Amino acid sequence: MLNITNLHSSIEGKKILKGIDLKVNAGEIHAIMGPNGSGKSTLASVLAGKAEYEVTEGEAFLDGKNLLEMAPEERAREGLFLAFQYPVEIPGVSNINFLKTALTEIRAHRGLPELTSKEFLKLLKDKQELVELKSSLVNRSLNEGFSGGEKKRNEILQLAMLDPKLAILDETDSGLDIDALRIVASGVNKLRTENNAFVIITHYQRLLDYIIPDFVHILYDGRIIKSGTKELALELEEKGYDWITQHETGTV
Amino acid sequence: MSKDQELLEELANSEYEYGFSTNIDTEILPPGLNEDTVRFISAKKNEPAWLLEYRLKALKHFLTMETPDWQNFNFPDLNFQDISYYAAPKKKALASLDEVDPELLETFAKLGISLDEQKMLSGVAVDVVFDSVSVGTSFKGKLAEIGVIFCSFGEAVQNHPELVKKYLGTVVPATDNLFAALNAAVFSDGSFAYIPKGVRCPMELSTYFRINAMNSGQFERTLLIADEGSYVSYLEGCTAPRRDENQLHAAVVELIAMDDAEIKYSTVQNWYPGDKDGKGGVYNFVTKRAIAKGRNSKISWTQVETGSAITWKYPSVILKGDNSSGEFYSVALTRNRQIADTGTKMIHLGKNTKSRIISKGISAGHSHNSYRGLVSIHSGAVNSRNFTQCDSLLIGDKCGAHTFPYIEGKNSSSIVEHEATTSKIAEDQIFYLNQRGIDNEKAVALIVSGYAREVLNKLPMEFAVEAQKLLAISLDGSVG
Ligand SMILES: Nc1ncnc2c1ncn2[C@@H]1O[C@H](COP(=O)(O)OP(=O)(O)OP(=O)(O)O)[C@@H](O)[C@H]1O
Ligand SMILES: [Mg+2]
Repeated sequence: MLNITNLHSSIEGKKILKGIDLKVNAGEIHAIMGPNGSGKSTLASVLAGKAEYEVTEGEAFLDGKNLLEMAPEERAREGLFLAFQYPVEIPGVSNINFLKTALTEIRAHRGLPELTSKEFLKLLKDKQELVELKSSLVNRSLNEGFSGGEKKRNEILQLAMLDPKLAILDETDSGLDIDALRIVASGVNKLRTENNAFVIITHYQRLLDYIIPDFVHILYDGRIIKSGTKELALELEEKGYDWITQHETGTV
Repeated sequence: MSKDQELLEELANSEYEYGFSTNIDTEILPPGLNEDTVRFISAKKNEPAWLLEYRLKALKHFLTMETPDWQNFNFPDLNFQDISYYAAPKKKALASLDEVDPELLETFAKLGISLDEQKMLSGVAVDVVFDSVSVGTSFKGKLAEIGVIFCSFGEAVQNHPELVKKYLGTVVPATDNLFAALNAAVFSDGSFAYIPKGVRCPMELSTYFRINAMNSGQFERTLLIADEGSYVSYLEGCTAPRRDENQLHAAVVELIAMDDAEIKYSTVQNWYPGDKDGKGGVYNFVTKRAIAKGRNSKISWTQVETGSAITWKYPSVILKGDNSSGEFYSVALTRNRQIADTGTKMIHLGKNTKSRIISKGISAGHSHNSYRGLVSIHSGAVNSRNFTQCDSLLIGDKCGAHTFPYIEGKNSSSIVEHEATTSKIAEDQIFYLNQRGIDNEKAVALIVSGYAREVLNKLPMEFAVEAQKLLAISLDGSVG
């Protein structure tokens, strides 16, 4: 589904991604871990098409389509979804109106007609229950004055509504209380199918107790320096990054 | 330069969508302004002697006045002798819409504001002002049943001279300012409404203005009187065809609310703003003022201003009656080389008077957008209150937003609050929407309509939708 080869990216001349290779198949969940500043959000932003990041080398394909040649909204319509680490606030734009606009665009791209208001509200209600988000939040302006945790949950609501092929969750777990964490995780588990895939960026093994990854990758200084199964996350939790970086630099 | 920036610039430069003109035979007075011009207009309209006197007095005063110099823009080089002061479609006094020039109807259809559609959809009574003479009026019969008078200004002069004589110039005196004086001397036509005691006008009253004749200034006169305990909502919307000459539009609107009466006046203004370099746009120099004359009376101005090369207007409220209230809700969008200097004056005279000002400026391109407001609390206005919120949104970095809030507080029991913010559309916001499948144009439109929502919500439903579209169209980059 997602195929990244030798991806290099820099911002303002500073190299951040230094050759990423990653392959994600349909039905899989991949976790990406790594210390602060290692380039995890950068990877997500580059895939989503944020203009500031320059891709200097490498390729990224989503279901055979060249992501790097598409505008950000086309990537989204093709089924790429990014749950932001820091969702922005858009004052005055109602959450509902925004969701309806986004869904209409994405459905149009898939050749589906616009939902009637009734159908839309029904869908919204179902998905809201899935992520246990209060109706009052749905009626408010997009993320405006939402608490950190509410913003994260709103990201998952959008994910549920837009039904992407590939969802990248950038530290969706940070800032969530224990209950919210469980709710978000169970939401993801319910949304998971054989046809979609998730890339979950996190600092904490905790989330991976709820969402069991098929693979865990360690991103360090712009490179994936180690990949493994869920045991890798446990080991990392126990021993810290020093263990792995010393180990890695020792072998290079 | 990033992609988003480029897009913003492109959006900020798009051309006027409604730029087309109709070709209708007009009877035009040659350019020039003197006593004869005024006499010609007055005679054409078969006006009574007192009105001719009123016009001549105004002209005399006008000729002694100088152009103002306090505005935040360079005053355009206007030669009042180069303007033609009368233009009327040749066919006149039409009995029904069927007799309206088909080409005119087509023009309205192009604008999506066909009379039929308006009538059917929303029960709006439409009094169309095309150039200087009203060519179609509807719903008059229905309104007449409940005693509401709604007609062209010219008809009011013929049929209700006592009302016109009693109220004309009482809120905006002919000597008020240069353009009010000019208007008083040469006003062409406009709208008149009188809502009798205790009547709640059951439908929105609406007028569409449109400049069409070459080089003819347009001088509308509107007078609205809401008698004791009555209510009326009045809608005014306009859009004009593309033009190379600069056109002067100097309207005067007077509103009068008696005890317990309420007037809501909503405007969507979309005159031709000129091309990318600002060439050929309309000068929209309007004097709008209301008096909340009676106890508990209420005036509310709502405006969405997207057009004109220069907009210069301050819909104001004189809060004379005790417990009266005044509101001003405004969205002014400028782009390319457009200039808007707009705001309001709230003059608190009565006890316990309240005013509320919400102004939202949106500036793009090389435009300049100024809010200018005066809150004046007189000594008798005990326990009065004002709240002002004044926000500016900048698109790109070549435009300017300015605020000039003036406060004159003359007593200690009153409270005046002022808040102001300036923000930019962040690239992060656009990217966030992009990431949800929404393209740049729609993203900007969504952000702008969110920003303006507090004001748009004040418009009657069907107008709010239109206004939101207009904001989106005005920022639409795909139009060429
Ligand atoms: N817009 C930018 N301008 C300059 N430097 C940037 C920019 N965005 C990211 N960087 C730098 O790139 C590096 C990687 O940042 P990134 O946000 O991808 O890290 P991360 O792995 O997501 O970290 P965290 O775990 O703290 O979220 C950091 O050194 C950061 O300072
Ligand atoms: Mg990050």
